[in-house]
Formats: sequence, structure tokens, C-alpha cells
Amino acid sequence: MIINGVTIDATFAEAFPMKATRAIITAQNEKWAMISAQAMTGFATSVIACGCEAGIERVLDPSETPDGRPGVSIMIFAMGGKGLAKQLETRAGQCVLTSPTSALFAGIDEGKQIPLGKNLRYFGDGFQISKLIDGKRYWRVPVMDGEFLTEATTGQVDAVGGGNFLVLAESQPQALAACEAAIEEMRKIPNVIMPFPGGVVRSGSKVGSKYKALGASTNDAFCPTLKGMTKTDLSPEIESVMEIVIDGLTKEDIDKAMRVGIQAVCDLGADNGIRRISAGNYGGKLGPFHFHLQEIMA
Amino acid sequence: MTALIFSMKYRPDQRVDMSALVCSHLKDMEPTQIAAIELQSGKRKIRVDELFSISGSDAQNIIIKNSFGKLDFIGKELDGGSITVEGDAGAYLGLGMKSGEIKVTGNVGIFAACEMKKGMITIMGDAGDFLGGALPGNKMGMKGGTVLVKGNVGERAGDHLRRGTILIEGNAGDYCGSRMTAGTIAVMGQTGRFVGYAMRRGTLLLWNQPQLPASFNDCGTHTLAFLPILFASFRKLNSKFAYASAAFNRVQRYGGDMSEMGRGEVLVKKS
Repeated sequence: MIINGVTIDATFAEAFPMKATRAIITAQNEKWAMISAQAMTGFATSVIACGCEAGIERVLDPSETPDGRPGVSIMIFAMGGKGLAKQLETRAGQCVLTSPTSALFAGIDEGKQIPLGKNLRYFGDGFQISKLIDGKRYWRVPVMDGEFLTEATTGQVDAVGGGNFLVLAESQPQALAACEAAIEEMRKIPNVIMPFPGGVVRSGSKVGSKYKALGASTNDAFCPTLKGMTKTDLSPEIESVMEIVIDGLTKEDIDKAMRVGIQAVCDLGADNGIRRISAGNYGGKLGPFHFHLQEIMA
Repeated sequence: MTALIFSMKYRPDQRVDMSALVCSHLKDMEPTQIAAIELQSGKRKIRVDELFSISGSDAQNIIIKNSFGKLDFIGKELDGGSITVEGDAGAYLGLGMKSGEIKVTGNVGIFAACEMKKGMITIMGDAGDFLGGALPGNKMGMKGGTVLVKGNVGERAGDHLRRGTILIEGNAGDYCGSRMTAGTIAVMGQTGRFVGYAMRRGTLLLWNQPQLPASFNDCGTHTLAFLPILFASFRKLNSKFAYASAAFNRVQRYGGDMSEMGRGEVLVKKS
């Protein structure tokens, strides 16, 4: 399959089941809601070493938030429910409770309820106040700038992590420009996050390493500087490869995000140095969710 | 199916215990069985068909017509369905109600919504003393649900309130929110003496400055984030509380009762 001079490989991205939740952070203005959201989703690019994958889903209009203030929707993904709950609580406590004027609300009502502010309330040292409004429990925790308002719990749902595609370009600036265009379009799709810095990862990995202590190492088949030294997957004209990783609530959400992302890359086309779209897979051994690039773009 | 209607034929001298006429009790009964139910009135029992003419068949939707203030225990432990009272209701309306809806077009007596657990009670007129309170000797009053009173309420509204919301469009008598353990009472009108007397926790939300006991301390003026959410939850009600103009988030906060646990609050609208 070739779109606008860009070859779509007959391969698939391989993804695995995760647990996910969503939280809504509001503040006096969008600037402070975003600062809090960035803090909460910081150091959360990969479950390999961060404990979770997190990202900003979108900015919310005041009309969309529970307290009518500007807000930001964030999502957190982890390999299991226990890890997710721990990450959520720790991050909420250190990054949102501490952030001036912030409030924190559930972003998913269904699914298993996991603590959001349920335990953060103890920071109130007995002065915290519970309010049960329309079946939802809120906690008002007195803090130095006034009150920190938080919903007690949020929903944990089954999700999919690790959807991805690779952008193969003739130069590093061209690869990055294509990824930026893809991310811009993908951020318009609900229920997905691209957890890596700016949504783009330049250090895609393969399973295993020559070093016993490492479970993953550089994906040498896609490293352009190793074209003559390893079993490469790159043709001579490819000078740079970047990857976009997608976590989503459902396979369909990731499908949509991949479609608009790949389309944005292909719109730049061969004229802008984009030669191929490929994907990271491990022969079907990593996870049950397979995203066949050509089917997605058909 | 049309609503099951009980139209009162005459007003007995003695009070009548209406607790047998709730939706869950009547749902599988034949009309003849319903007619034969005996209601306690003073020292005698009155058959339902002696006191009411009965029509309709939907036991999940009960209407009591020509009701008056001696019909006690209407909707006692109601668990689903709705009861509409056309006229006044007596004491203990919705006692221990578990779910469902009760609407009264007139006034109600003492202990309405007493120890209510869930559901919605709307009173278009006034309510007597101990609205949402606990039975004498008990420590926990209303534990959930919402009570809306369009008129005034008597003394001790929300006494021992444990959870839930009491909304009063009119005035409240003395000792409003006394001995509250938690929950919310909102009063649009005036409040009497000793507001929040011995309250432990909970929120009294007032539109007018009350005459507070000396054991309440001023915590200053604040903009509270939970108030817009609370007011948003009132929007579905047929009430002044639903008006956008009624909502506010700037309040004077008083903490108390310091002679008790002192974790309660009286929030007074700040213009």
C-alpha cells in the first residue's frame, strides 16, 4: 500500500491489555489547570520504569467541568489495577493537592471505583468535610489557599496500551515534522493519550538485550546508524525513524488515533521526505491486540 | 394503568395510621384486599373502603385525595414508587423511607422525613417540628435523600441529621440543625434562635444572617468550590433552589458548635 508516495508496511502494531482511569483537574484558570496536569502526568512515559503511562487528553471548557472552571482531562494507564491506584493517589497527592487553586474530579464514572481523593482527605487532619452530592462523594480539604475539593473516587476500566507506528524519513527534521503533524491530529481524538515527550519517542525498543539485567534494548533494526552493522529493516535513504505510541480506552479508539496520525504523516508525503510507515511488533508474542496498518488505512 | 387513588370520604375525629398504604405493600393486592385493610384510628380500626373511595390500580403511583392533618405515617418505610398527598399530611410523613418519592400539596405535621434513608420528599406548604429528625431517644435522624419544603418549617429542623439534604424555601424555627452529625440544610428565609445548636459536623447554608450562639466562631469570608456543584445538583428540582440566580459561592463561614465537636459550619451568603 502506498499513500502519497509513502509505503505502508504490511505489518501490525502489537498492543497489550492495561488498566486505565481518567481524572479532571480544574483551577482558577487554564494556565494553572495545565500546570497541575503537566505535573501529574510527568515522568510517566513508559510502564517500564515509570510505573504508569500518563498524558493529557485535552483541555476542557468551563462548561464541561464539574465546578464550572477551566480544566484539563488527564488519563493514566498501568499494567494492573493495584499499580494504577497507587500511581493515581501518589500523583494526585503530590501534584494536584499541592497545586494552587486546583480541584480534582473523576473522569470515568463506570468501572471499579478506585481512590482519587478518598485517602488524601486525611491531609485535612480532621478538619476535612465530606459532601455527598447527586450520589458522588466529595472531600473538602482545608489548605492554605482555601479549600482543595476532590471527588473521593474515579472509575478504573480495562484499556489497551502500546498501539504504535513508526515514521521512517529521509532526515531527522522531516521525521520530527511529520510526527508533530500526526500528534496534532491525534490529540483531537478522545480516549487516547500519547505518553512520550511531545507524543513522540525516538528510542523505540526491542524485547531483550545482550545484557542480562535489561529486559529491553534499542531497536537496532530501525537504528539508521547501524544500517551496515546489524540486520537492518531500513533502506539506504532512511536517515531517521521516530515512533508514536498510543494508549487508549478501547482498540477502536487507538484505531481512530492511528488512522488520523498516519494520514497526517502521509499528507506530507514523499515530497517532504517521508518514505515509510511501519510498526513495532514482536511476532504476536507481546499482546493480543494487533493493529494492522494496511487495514487501518484501507 | 391509572394511579391508585384513595379519596377521603370523611374526616375521622381520631388520628389515622396510614403506614399500611405504601406501594410495596399494595402492589400484589386485589382491589378487594386493599379495601379490606384495616387502619388504626384511635382505639378502633377502620377499613380502607370505609374511609376512602378507591379507584385506579397502579400501586406504584398512589394518590391520596382530600387528605388532612390527622393522617399519620404516610409513606412509612416507602421503598420505591410515588405517593402524592393532595391536602395536608399528619405526623411522621415518610418515616424511615428507603426510596421513592412523596409529594404533599399542603402542610405536614411533626417528624416529617424522620430517619429517612433515601428518596425525595416535596412539601409544598409548611412542615412541623423535627423535620428530618430522629425518633425520640434515637441518635441518628435522616440518613440520606432530599427533602424540599416550599413553606416554613418548625423548630429543630434537621435534629440529629446524619446525611442527606434539607432544602427550605421559607423560614426555619429555633434550633435549626441542632445536634447535626453531617449533611446539609439550606434555608432561604430567616432562621430562629440557636441555629446549629450542638452541631458536630455538617453544613447549614443560609441566605440571611442568623442570630448565632456564642459558641460559633467566625472563620472569615471565602469562595468555596463545592457550592457550584451543590447548586448544580438542585437544578432538577421544581424549586427556587433551582434558579441560577439563587446560586452563590461566596460565603461567610462560621465554625461550631464549639461546645460540641466543633467541626460543623454555618455558611451565610455574602453579596
